[in-house]
Amino acid sequence: MKKTTLRVLLFMLMIPVLAVALCGCSGDKKGKGSSIVVGIPQDLEDSLDPHKVEAAGTKEVLFNIFEGLIKPDSNGDFIPAVAQSYEVSDDALTYTFTLRDGVKFHDGSTVTAEDVKYSIDRCADASGGSPLVAAYSNIKDTQIDGNNFIVHLNDPDTEFLAYMTTAIIPQNNKNPDTNPIGTGPYMFVSRSPQENFIVKKFDDYYDKERAAHIENVTFKVIGNMDTVAMELQSGAIDLLPRIPIAQADLLDTKDFTILEETMNLVQALYLNNAEAPFDNVKVRQALCYAIDPQEIMLFVSDGKGTEIGSSMFPAFSKYFMEELNHTYDQDIEKAKQLLSEAGYPDGFSFDITVASNYTQHVDTAQVLADEFDKIGVTANIKLVEWDSWLSDVYNNRQFQSTVVGVDASSLTASALLQRFTSDSSKNFINYSNAAYDEAFKKALAATDDGEKTKYYKECERILSEDAANVYIQDLPEFVAISNKFTGYEFYPLYVQDMAKVRLAE
Amino acid sequence: MKTSKKKNINFILGISVISVMALFILCGKILPLRDPNAIDASLKFASPSLKHPFGCDNFGREILSRVMEGSFSTFLIALGTVFIGTFFGIIIGALTGYFGGVVDEVLMRINDAIFAFPSILLALLFISLLGPGTYQVVIALGIAFIPSFARIVRGEFLKNRNMDYVKCAKLLGASDLRIMVIHILPNTLKVLLNSVLIGFNNAVLAEASMSFLGIGVQPPDPSLGRMLSEAQAYLFKAPNYALFPGLAIILMVLGFGLLSDSFEK
Repeated sequence: MKKTTLRVLLFMLMIPVLAVALCGCSGDKKGKGSSIVVGIPQDLEDSLDPHKVEAAGTKEVLFNIFEGLIKPDSNGDFIPAVAQSYEVSDDALTYTFTLRDGVKFHDGSTVTAEDVKYSIDRCADASGGSPLVAAYSNIKDTQIDGNNFIVHLNDPDTEFLAYMTTAIIPQNNKNPDTNPIGTGPYMFVSRSPQENFIVKKFDDYYDKERAAHIENVTFKVIGNMDTVAMELQSGAIDLLPRIPIAQADLLDTKDFTILEETMNLVQALYLNNAEAPFDNVKVRQALCYAIDPQEIMLFVSDGKGTEIGSSMFPAFSKYFMEELNHTYDQDIEKAKQLLSEAGYPDGFSFDITVASNYTQHVDTAQVLADEFDKIGVTANIKLVEWDSWLSDVYNNRQFQSTVVGVDASSLTASALLQRFTSDSSKNFINYSNAAYDEAFKKALAATDDGEKTKYYKECERILSEDAANVYIQDLPEFVAISNKFTGYEFYPLYVQDMAKVRLAE
Repeated sequence: MKTSKKKNINFILGISVISVMALFILCGKILPLRDPNAIDASLKFASPSLKHPFGCDNFGREILSRVMEGSFSTFLIALGTVFIGTFFGIIIGALTGYFGGVVDEVLMRINDAIFAFPSILLALLFISLLGPGTYQVVIALGIAFIPSFARIVRGEFLKNRNMDYVKCAKLLGASDLRIMVIHILPNTLKVLLNSVLIGFNNAVLAEASMSFLGIGVQPPDPSLGRMLSEAQAYLFKAPNYALFPGLAIILMVLGFGLLSDSFEK
């Protein structure tokens, strides 16, 4: 009796499922009903509010949901988004954006100039200490003029455009933390903690050219990157950015294509500069002399990767200084000598805290520990979960050192360098150097591009010579994509643009 | 007759397997093998050879010396875990079993509550409080193991406390402590020994699972579980990487399993 009821119930359930499935078959012309599963290494835990989000892993997903007045493209240029055009005054003090007509939020409402002003003002609000977007402290006021939105600056800034990618969000959204509403090609559907984050195509996207191709995208949290090849091969995941090279080797090339680029991250052993022994520049330099990035790459990524010597990666070709790679070439004797000058002739012992979900960082830490051992320094590796890394290391700065990759949130040098100014809220290594602050300030103030570049490079040189961190590499990035799909594009930023991905013919 | 013979074989087999493992661990301590943590790019994924009988891992570390060192740390952790579990288990079990009453009720209900959680989950909870590391794992697993020992010891004390020899001792004026330690405890040893051996097995497996999850022994130090977890990524490229630590776990568990079988009633 019970069994029959269950069967009837199951059958009734099957009808809508079948109907949906059949629909999917019939309308498979322009990617209708199509879906893709993308593997991500961590859950979107911090916040879904685009203005408050910190974790690169969250930002790369939210890129699909939110857009600013302008947005970056895969070449590193800016293309108009919510604004249809913009104008910068000659003195670099006034930025005027002409808003595009008929841009809609995911909830159906039309984007108004008030929403734009609200979004920018929200990020410029300094009442809680520093503004959400640090560069917005330069905003004097914002103004609506008909269909135009105007930003007035205190000091001239030729780079300010890069910060206008700030997401435009509706003024009336009560829960931006959990209910993200934007204007991007994809709209939020649901999030299951530790499991997945689901978005679907936004049909009212203003630009048919740039609209999404694939109907449904599931970002699936991958618990264990070491077995991911099996998940890919079984079809549980279709696209996996940052696949470990050992796993990529296992995939059948008939089913998957492996794309290669660099990650655009500054991977380093980040040192808590406020805490002994790393408050001593000689100790930091000794660690720099102890390591050989090439050796690390050999172990971690089969020799692929790009060496870096400061907080800048090669994709920013204008600012990247290759010569800084050689500020410290491996020199064990020199390292030991510096240690004894610093008062640690017998070495010391310290902790490297690493988020256990990042195999590359864990492996890097292991090679580092071996290299430090040679100068008599003992490094104890402490593996922690990603969320405790975020709260203990990044937010509360309770750590001695950590291996991690730091990304650029916008396409400017300052996105990487501002972090190290003494009073920056993102300065998790507690770096403090008056000369650095000075050089950074000058770089911001400069209106001449050449001069600006000069000061940014000065900042990089100070970081390198002061051994703020033990710089290692910009990691190589491998992306595994199922041959059912095509169109994946690499960005000079840490983002996954799913709107570009489409079904293969 | 037949069964006792089988027990005998179990005993001999168990002892031999354990001796082999003990010898293996001892060799790792005595023989001048390569430092288990020394990395070498030229030996990355070296296949098994005369010089490196088990081959090398993704850091060019010798798997043989790592399995030896890993077996040792896994063994020590299991030993520590069982020690904590038995020590506190005996104390709690003896007190509750012997005195009964309110103390028994309260302690055993707490015990039941702890028992309700799977021991791995409980250990994970302690790890999140204590932070990762070898000693922390010993403490966490030890605490998680207490309830099962306490329960066994309590049962034995409960059974023995009304027996004639205990009553006699009481009449002779022996103190409670003396009765518990000198008279009853030796009579529980047989049951206890068996559960210690089984507990040891569970501890080996629990350590392996904890390290596999990345919260036990911290890299680069080896433990069997840690090695398995690292080898996982290279299962197809270098199967020997996973094979040997896996074998070591099997042997260790098998040895103690056979031994505990042979002690069963």
